[in-house]
Amino acid sequence: MATLTVPDHFSSNEDAEALRKACKGWGTDEKAIISILGHRNAAQRKQIRLAYEQSYQEDLLKRLESELSGDFEKAVYRWILDPADRDAVLAHVAIKKSGCNYNVIIEIATILSPEDLFAVRKAYQVRYKHSLEEDLAAHTTGDIRKLLVALVTAYRYDGGEINAKLAKSEADILHDAIKDKAFNHDEIIRILSTRSKTQLMATFNHYRDDHKISISKTLLEEGADDFQKALHVVIRCLNDHKKYFEKVLRNAIRRLGTDEDALTRVIVTRAERDLKDIKEVYYKKNSVPLEHAVAKDTSGDYKDFLLTLLGKE
Amino acid sequence: MTIITFRAHIYCSICQKISTPTESTQTMALTPELQTLTKAFSGLGVDEKALVATLGKSHPEERQSFRKATPHFFKVDERSFERWDDHHVKLLKHEFLRFKNAVVLWTMHPWERDARLAKEALKKGPESYGILVEIACTRSSEELLGARKAYHSLFDHSIEEDVAYHIHGPEGKLLVALVSAYRYEGSKVKDDTAKSEAKTLVNAIQHADKRHPNEDDEVIRILSTRSKPHLKEVYKHYKEISGHNIDEDLDHAVRLKETVQCLCTPEKYFSKVLEVSLRTDVHKHSKKGLTRVIVTRADSDMKEIKEEFKNHHGVSLVEKIEEMANGNYKDFLLTLLARGG
Repeated sequence: MATLTVPDHFSSNEDAEALRKACKGWGTDEKAIISILGHRNAAQRKQIRLAYEQSYQEDLLKRLESELSGDFEKAVYRWILDPADRDAVLAHVAIKKSGCNYNVIIEIATILSPEDLFAVRKAYQVRYKHSLEEDLAAHTTGDIRKLLVALVTAYRYDGGEINAKLAKSEADILHDAIKDKAFNHDEIIRILSTRSKTQLMATFNHYRDDHKISISKTLLEEGADDFQKALHVVIRCLNDHKKYFEKVLRNAIRRLGTDEDALTRVIVTRAERDLKDIKEVYYKKNSVPLEHAVAKDTSGDYKDFLLTLLGKE
Repeated sequence: MTIITFRAHIYCSICQKISTPTESTQTMALTPELQTLTKAFSGLGVDEKALVATLGKSHPEERQSFRKATPHFFKVDERSFERWDDHHVKLLKHEFLRFKNAVVLWTMHPWERDARLAKEALKKGPESYGILVEIACTRSSEELLGARKAYHSLFDHSIEEDVAYHIHGPEGKLLVALVSAYRYEGSKVKDDTAKSEAKTLVNAIQHADKRHPNEDDEVIRILSTRSKPHLKEVYKHYKEISGHNIDEDLDHAVRLKETVQCLCTPEKYFSKVLEVSLRTDVHKHSKKGLTRVIVTRADSDMKEIKEEFKNHHGVSLVEKIEEMANGNYKDFLLTLLARGG
């Protein structure tokens, strides 16, 4: 369930005007920006951008970029974008980061529906004049490249058909490939990046039933090189992405200082989808509501914005 | 050749066998009529009109003569009758179906068409995998996406899933990558990247004896992710560096050669497929290339393919089809070719 709350009455022109007022003159009325944008869904935000452009002949995004700064600005910028455009930006940033932040790529590739993933690929082309897989492949090497490019170019069947025999045989293939130190990476990549999600769930269940240990725990035991770490992320995202996000949030907050990028990313991308469920998982695991943890570790307008997205009135 | 003369000849041949003198008989050779009938049954498709006109009106003796005179269609059975050669009947079935297949394929939504062609190629095995390259590389990015969607609906799997499962090794990796691409289609190209990638390809191909280019990750990356305009630039630089066209240097790596041609010079590739399909003694899978290419390209680059065919083979595609195809199938193909000049 989403945490975002929107008012009953909505007028894109009124909002555009209010935002204009908040930005005009010396200083900016950040509270107004938060109280408006923090309570609008994707469709409404799109209309506000259009209305603003029509009334004032400038891009709202550019205006906010110049008025705001720091983590707050990054969060608001990501928030206003269309979901597909946003993921394209996140992917691009992740690719350009030295050592490629592959977790972000894996999140996008495995958690989105096949249609949404393709929308991200389209948005990426429009924005960066390259295909996503082109840039990803050019900035990675070896097995990681094979895994990531395969994940990102997949267009998985998204129906409910399962082949039980296949699930068992592929669970065995995965087991052997992981146990055997001379890793057959190709088969792992093939299975994880081409099979449908329902088929993979059946495969993971078979794995657990046959080997008494879940596949993600096996990967945790075995090793720590980049490829295996990436596989671990893939499986956790496919298996239960809410638990995965809870861990990302927990790590982001716990770290000495805070990983604002990760915090912003999870909250902004999930607020309209399933942030409420993630909050519940967080509370169960940490005995502390997510809002408290965020409030403790962040400050100022950035904090207010995150808390608004988390459901504060 | 009219029916009357045909009957006369059969009558003659029967008379000759029984040795009963009759009124003067024309001793015309049997060959031309039998040739017509044989031709109606040979080549691509069948000549429905000729079959109706000759066979339909034939008498039992005439048909018997036909059977006796065509040992490649009929064999004499030990129990003294001429029986159809089973293999030939199977071939005939394909020929009768050629028109139906062309019509059904033509009427289909292009997405369903490409999805079904891909599935068929996977089932037929290695000689048909070139069709996967064809579909992945000659269609636009949106058309390829559409084919992938249709594949979901038709076969409850994703196309990359099935390709990865059925085709192993470096060839499988190349095909999965090609089939999953969603290439940028704008014209923006970075020249220095194109130059450096051309160098990479030159190196990979020159060292083919140490490692097959198929197994070179960089080769696969470049060919399966870069946009077509970018690749055209890469090919240009390749030619400047090595002195040859890249497809000429890939004669020993068939899939890569097809990939490279399909991506930037599809007319060359399609013209070759057509030429092979129109030869006399080819495998039945190759013959299907004729229908496939014409039906799938009639609405896009058929004009360029016809030009390339004429330049490369000296005879026009239309003439060749007139020569090698029959009946409704031939008429259908020629009609498709005549659209849009």
